[in-house]
Amino acid sequence: MDWLNQGVQGILLGGHFALFAVGLALVFGTMRLVNLAHGDLTIVPAYVALLMINAIHFSPFYSIPITMAIMFVVGYLLQRGLLNRVVQSGDVVGVILTFGISIVIQNALLLGFTADNERLKAGTIDSLSIRINENLAIGWLPLIIFLVALVVIIGLQLFLNRTKMGRAFRAVSDDQEAARLMGINTKHIWAMAMGVALVIVAIGGVMRGIRTTFDPSFGSLSLIYAFEAVIIGGMGSGWGTLLGGIILGLSQTLGARAFGPPWSILTGHVVFLIILALRPQGLLAKTVTS
Amino acid sequence: MTKALETQGLRKSFGGVLVIDDLSISVDQGEALGIVGPNGAGKTTWFNLITGAVHADGGKVLFQGKDITGLSRHERCRQGIGRTFQIPKPFSGMTVFENVLVGATHGRRMRERASYGHCVEILEMTGLHDKVNVLAGSLTLLDRKRLELARALATDPSVLLLDEIAGGLTEAEVQELIEEIRKLQATGITIVWIEHIVHALLALVNRITVIQFGRKLCEGDPREVMSSQEVQACYMGGTLA
Ligand SMILES: Nc1ncnc2c1ncn2[C@@H]1O[C@H](COP(=O)(O)OP(=O)(O)OP(=O)(O)O)[C@@H](O)[C@H]1O
Ligand SMILES: [Mg+2]
Repeated sequence: MDWLNQGVQGILLGGHFALFAVGLALVFGTMRLVNLAHGDLTIVPAYVALLMINAIHFSPFYSIPITMAIMFVVGYLLQRGLLNRVVQSGDVVGVILTFGISIVIQNALLLGFTADNERLKAGTIDSLSIRINENLAIGWLPLIIFLVALVVIIGLQLFLNRTKMGRAFRAVSDDQEAARLMGINTKHIWAMAMGVALVIVAIGGVMRGIRTTFDPSFGSLSLIYAFEAVIIGGMGSGWGTLLGGIILGLSQTLGARAFGPPWSILTGHVVFLIILALRPQGLLAKTVTS
Repeated sequence: MTKALETQGLRKSFGGVLVIDDLSISVDQGEALGIVGPNGAGKTTWFNLITGAVHADGGKVLFQGKDITGLSRHERCRQGIGRTFQIPKPFSGMTVFENVLVGATHGRRMRERASYGHCVEILEMTGLHDKVNVLAGSLTLLDRKRLELARALATDPSVLLLDEIAGGLTEAEVQELIEEIRKLQATGITIVWIEHIVHALLALVNRITVIQFGRKLCEGDPREVMSSQEVQACYMGGTLA
């Protein structure tokens, strides 16, 4: 039952992809900004955690809340100070600016940390697993990451649907002009959206740093996976993004099982392209972030 | 007594075309002022200058005697300026109740729970109480216009700007709307109403100002203004009944 094992690993991997993708979807949903720096922003928290762990040797898990707070501030200031200027200037300007930011982040990380592989050491957790039978074992770490992704997505939906600030996110997403007329400061809301997106990225980024090695070039692939998950699921829907992540994860692990490990990533891309061709609006298409 | 709203020498051009040309209009507290003028006269642009959606090239906007020309849109809303759009812009992915709730909580800086009562009151007043859980994007035109009104009221405005709120409605719907606006006026809200449906204006407003080519053509008693030679000429017997 190796297939079953690969299937389970694929689903868990999908949760991890979704954790990176929801931030991208949230930013796109609230301000129609295609953030090409999103992938690079997913590795920044791993390096932030690395710095902390090197300074005060504690478990990487403890670094998560601090990294979340730091990434929130980074996101808020990045949006308020820079990205807000381009939100209304059309897609192209936003793409160019975020592409520029992406290059700056990559090179800054190369300068600061070199191109060497890094890893956030969390002791034995990354090798512990629950053995179901002789062919099926579920790693604790992938399982925790999946559950965290689930909690984050449920939390985000509750935030968007039940809170004053969340409703402001949706109002701004639906109609900026009308939102301003209702007393909403769109500049603040966009900055909050980027802050929240990077808080989620911080969780996923540190978790990945514990799970696998990383280096400054990881951003591009993260961005592509995030885009694929978001587009498969249908822009701007939290559950859609989770579904998209799971489909992508499954395609990769089952592709590896069927055609051999080198084909894993390619299978994921091919499945993405097929879904894009058959259902360009995504599987759970919605126009707003709810 | 300070004016509820006043624009002084406002000017605005788009790409070299002067759309608002030295426009000075003032509105008394509690007054209902009607604004008429041919298509493209600059009426909506004047509203945009008041709410801050468009920045003036020159001139001032005074609200309750204070210069608000430099304030941004959300600040002007919180000061007490409410507005409905000529083409309704509901938050289409949200329910009717949520639309109103957003106005009540952000426009008045209140917590959600504390503003539920206020929202229910407004939904009843605007006749939307049986559609609270309907998605705003699926409303009929009349209900969209009502929602525009309800959402603006939720922010608790002292001055309400209505942009062709009766346009596109049937005669019976127009009558309903007039009754609703009359009730608002009775609560002391100052109303500025742009409208092409003149009999609706005549049923309600205290005064009419006519705008043409971004300038004030004339103003005064509603019936006198509407029957004057120059106003008839400016419409060339067109849309006026
Ligand atoms: N943002 C803009 N950019 C360029 N031109 C504009 C803009 N807004 C308005 N205009 C132009 O300004 C002029 C006045 O438009 P406005 O919408 O204020 O007219 P109006 O009096 O409200 O007309 P209507 O009765 O048709 O609603 C029009 O010629 C319009 O095309
Ligand atoms: Mg107009």
